[in-house]
Amino acid sequence: MKIDRRSFLSFAIGGAAGIHLSPLPWKLMDDVSIWSQNWPWTPVPEDGEVSYVNSTCTLCPGGCGISVRKIDDRAVKIEGMKDHPVNDGGLCILGLSGLQLLYGPTRVKTPLKRKGKRGAGKWEKISWDKAISEIVQKLSKLRSKGESHTVGCILGSDRGTVPQLFHRFLSAYGSPNLMHTPSIQDSYELTFNLMHGIQTMVGFDIENTGFVLSFGSGIIEGWGSPVRMFKVNSKWRDAATKVVQIEPRLSNTAAKSTKWFPINPGTETTLALGLIHVIIKESLYNRDFVDNYSTGFNNLKKFVLSAYSPDKVANVTGVDINTIVSLARDFARAKKPLAICGRGKGVTPGSMSEFMAVHALNALVGNINREGGVWAVPEPDYIDWPEVEMDSIATKGIQKERIDGAGGKKYPFSKHLLNQFPEIINSGKGYPLQALFVSGANPLYSMPDTKSVKDAFDKILFVVSFSSFMDETSENADLILPNHAYLERYEDVPLAVGLQKPVVGLTRPVVEPLFNTKHVGDVVIRMAKALGGNIADSFPWDSYESCLEETMEDMWDTMVEDGFWSDPDFTAPAWESAFDTSSGKFEFTSNGIKSFTRLDQVKIEGDVSSYPLTLIPYDSMRLACGFIGDPPFVIKTVEDTVLKGKDLFIEINPKTAKANGLYEGKYAILSTPIGKAKVKIHLFDGIMPGIVAIPRGLGHTAYDKYLADKGINFNELIGPVEDPVSGLDAAWGIRAKLAKI
Amino acid sequence: MKSRQQKTKRYGMVIDLDKCTGCGACMVACMAENNVPFKEDESDKLDSITWMRVYKLTNGKSFPKTDLCYLPRPCMHCEGDHGHPPCVSVCPAVATDYSRETGIVSQIYTRCFGCRYCMVACPYHARYFNWWDPVWPDGMEKYLSPNVSPRMRGVVEKCSFCFHRYQLAMDRAYYEGKRELEEDEYQTACTQACPAGAIIFGDLNNTGHDVNKLKKSPNAFRLLERLGTNPKVYYTSSREWVRRAGDNYLKKESK
Repeated sequence: MKIDRRSFLSFAIGGAAGIHLSPLPWKLMDDVSIWSQNWPWTPVPEDGEVSYVNSTCTLCPGGCGISVRKIDDRAVKIEGMKDHPVNDGGLCILGLSGLQLLYGPTRVKTPLKRKGKRGAGKWEKISWDKAISEIVQKLSKLRSKGESHTVGCILGSDRGTVPQLFHRFLSAYGSPNLMHTPSIQDSYELTFNLMHGIQTMVGFDIENTGFVLSFGSGIIEGWGSPVRMFKVNSKWRDAATKVVQIEPRLSNTAAKSTKWFPINPGTETTLALGLIHVIIKESLYNRDFVDNYSTGFNNLKKFVLSAYSPDKVANVTGVDINTIVSLARDFARAKKPLAICGRGKGVTPGSMSEFMAVHALNALVGNINREGGVWAVPEPDYIDWPEVEMDSIATKGIQKERIDGAGGKKYPFSKHLLNQFPEIINSGKGYPLQALFVSGANPLYSMPDTKSVKDAFDKILFVVSFSSFMDETSENADLILPNHAYLERYEDVPLAVGLQKPVVGLTRPVVEPLFNTKHVGDVVIRMAKALGGNIADSFPWDSYESCLEETMEDMWDTMVEDGFWSDPDFTAPAWESAFDTSSGKFEFTSNGIKSFTRLDQVKIEGDVSSYPLTLIPYDSMRLACGFIGDPPFVIKTVEDTVLKGKDLFIEINPKTAKANGLYEGKYAILSTPIGKAKVKIHLFDGIMPGIVAIPRGLGHTAYDKYLADKGINFNELIGPVEDPVSGLDAAWGIRAKLAKI
Repeated sequence: MKSRQQKTKRYGMVIDLDKCTGCGACMVACMAENNVPFKEDESDKLDSITWMRVYKLTNGKSFPKTDLCYLPRPCMHCEGDHGHPPCVSVCPAVATDYSRETGIVSQIYTRCFGCRYCMVACPYHARYFNWWDPVWPDGMEKYLSPNVSPRMRGVVEKCSFCFHRYQLAMDRAYYEGKRELEEDEYQTACTQACPAGAIIFGDLNNTGHDVNKLKKSPNAFRLLERLGTNPKVYYTSSREWVRRAGDNYLKKESK
């Protein structure tokens, strides 16, 4: 048979059609998919004995109790601890996903030493002995040259045994340069320092408040201890407590409040002083407190009556004049009113003028140390170690001026000024820093003007990170000495931020350490012992665990048993004994800052003509912006109007967008005096015209593929603005412009 | 000898939208409890598996009259007409079924062959298809819970009201010689985690349970109620625009 073109084609086409009409391909496809579906790459989790371990979460300063479910030796789920004084069973989104950090790909598994250039990501694994001896060598050399003060340390907090071990180490070694990540807690502490004359922490008896006036605080966006604030917010609903939120953007807090008053951003101090004006003018203040327990009232009166009349304040703030008057009356006449401040989650310390004005509001209505008011909560005092052994080098070293200028001539009241440190290093004004330890902090991500922070780090000869995770700071370190993750170690958590009762939580190992990591406390003790002399003598403990147990003394058993220690009967001191100023009274005009004229609005960077818009950040519970980045579960919950692929959306009012020729979903270039970024437009009616907002917590360059390179880091677009009183960062935004692409 | 006959339960939820803060804790508690996988990019919400998803609603008014509200959406566990929810009616494999004992709509992954009829039938977008096999980064498989089997590619999954927790609670109850569960003995992971206490879970039939009382609030509504799906998840909101957002109303209509 001859095969011609025609018969070939009919055979081929007919055959193909025939096969497709037969059940064969469909059956095969079905079989292949069922067969491949059963390939063993879908894991079958092993079953085992169930147990629970109570511990304390350290992913933020909230201090929540956690209860971790285990199957044999695996941790499988983190839940909130029932009956815990902070969170009573609830837990936030970040705390719930902690196991993704513990078992995740961003863990640093062994000590690493940099190979090649800084930040190139090339590492060499080294042993603990070698790593520690390398540091000790460097430190001994510096010390023998009399340059012990050129060693610095950046921590997440300055309270608790681990920060205090670092403090002790630096003191005995001879350096004053212990710094910590700033927040509104620093501003509140300074406010108490200036107006009460005491060193204390702030607590809010917010559960018993009758009227809440919030100057932009993200009550349900992570301000204070988040889970506690959620619970309080629900309690207010049930009790029909009035909540007034003042901020330029409809945040979740604003949406949940009884009343939201938009305000021109950055004019909150003016509004607070305007409210004070009305309260004083109409004699609505608490006479008992003002007459018997305060000084400086007449100065305050003169000051606000002359310059802060409601019409002037209305002009500046954009808040209606009648609103100002009625708000002041409602606040002063309410039972147990409370005013709070610190924008969003409170990661930027803010301006002292705002904190002092808001505190004066609280004082005027007499809610200091009263039910439902602001309380002075004593700092934890359980750390009672013997005096540090000092030699001549140490004594000389710690007397040197601090690298960040805190406590110096310009800023005598501040204890830490981390925000000043990049500028001082970059400008070469201070002495050069030769070695830096970083623990519990991620300054290369979380400090404003990231680029200048990076430049400053580049000038530091030797950077050591103690992070458990490969974050931005670790990536740019010379040596990483990984700490155990928080679910693998002991540590005391000395406070829950904003709580009115002293609570000390215990973080304890839920699982055995997974990798070749070491407790940072043990490393500090080992370094001290290796350095010898007075430094070794200052550290009489064998290990961190024994140090902790010894330190906690009789609290230890309670902490081990319950997971925390608390003093539920604590009440703040009565007005008679609450103030330790020179007058023994509450000072409306602090002697420290002399006059109210320094209570001015904070000017932000950039001029209106070239940057017609104002850029402000916003906070969200779904975006962690502290030293920990979002784990995969959390980034998964971020809405597609905030992040799409790797693109970040900015929020802008439809009117402003239209005026600039911008539309939903279109790309634009957002520029500020500090930086530039390509963004997408999201129209949001809830934001004041003329303002654009971007979220904090995105734009990581480190961590895993689930987080890295998504969105933009707000800190790349903003620089710090110095507060004239505290020297802390008071920037609430920056001028900006948007250009179409 | 106690009667083997049990009272029919209708487990359901009442979610207080005035209290919900949109924090997302319910979503993550659910993912952690139920071994829900994740991918590198989860910003395409059509293929992002979230048994519990929190939607953001706005009232559409311009500044400064704008208002917003968050709405958590689990599976509604619709009762339909006498136990015939829309998804169950269309499933050719009996992979999903309505339990007359608990009122929970089940999903049996090994029966599902991925035709996705149920996804089309569900008016709440509560069902998700596994387009890919789940992949956990090296080491992360350690946190997987043995109570819920990880799903393979090609099957549909959805919220189960943490049915494994019901089973565990029932096992414990039988062991203790009880036939009935107390309200707090069976709670879903999202209810347990919600820091605002906005989600209340229980047996809608049981007059002793909070949900029974709360669903009768004048502010209570259900989503797309007029479709006749008869959902067992109720919402309450004091704001009228939120209640109206729960269904498609004509402008003139009042609710």
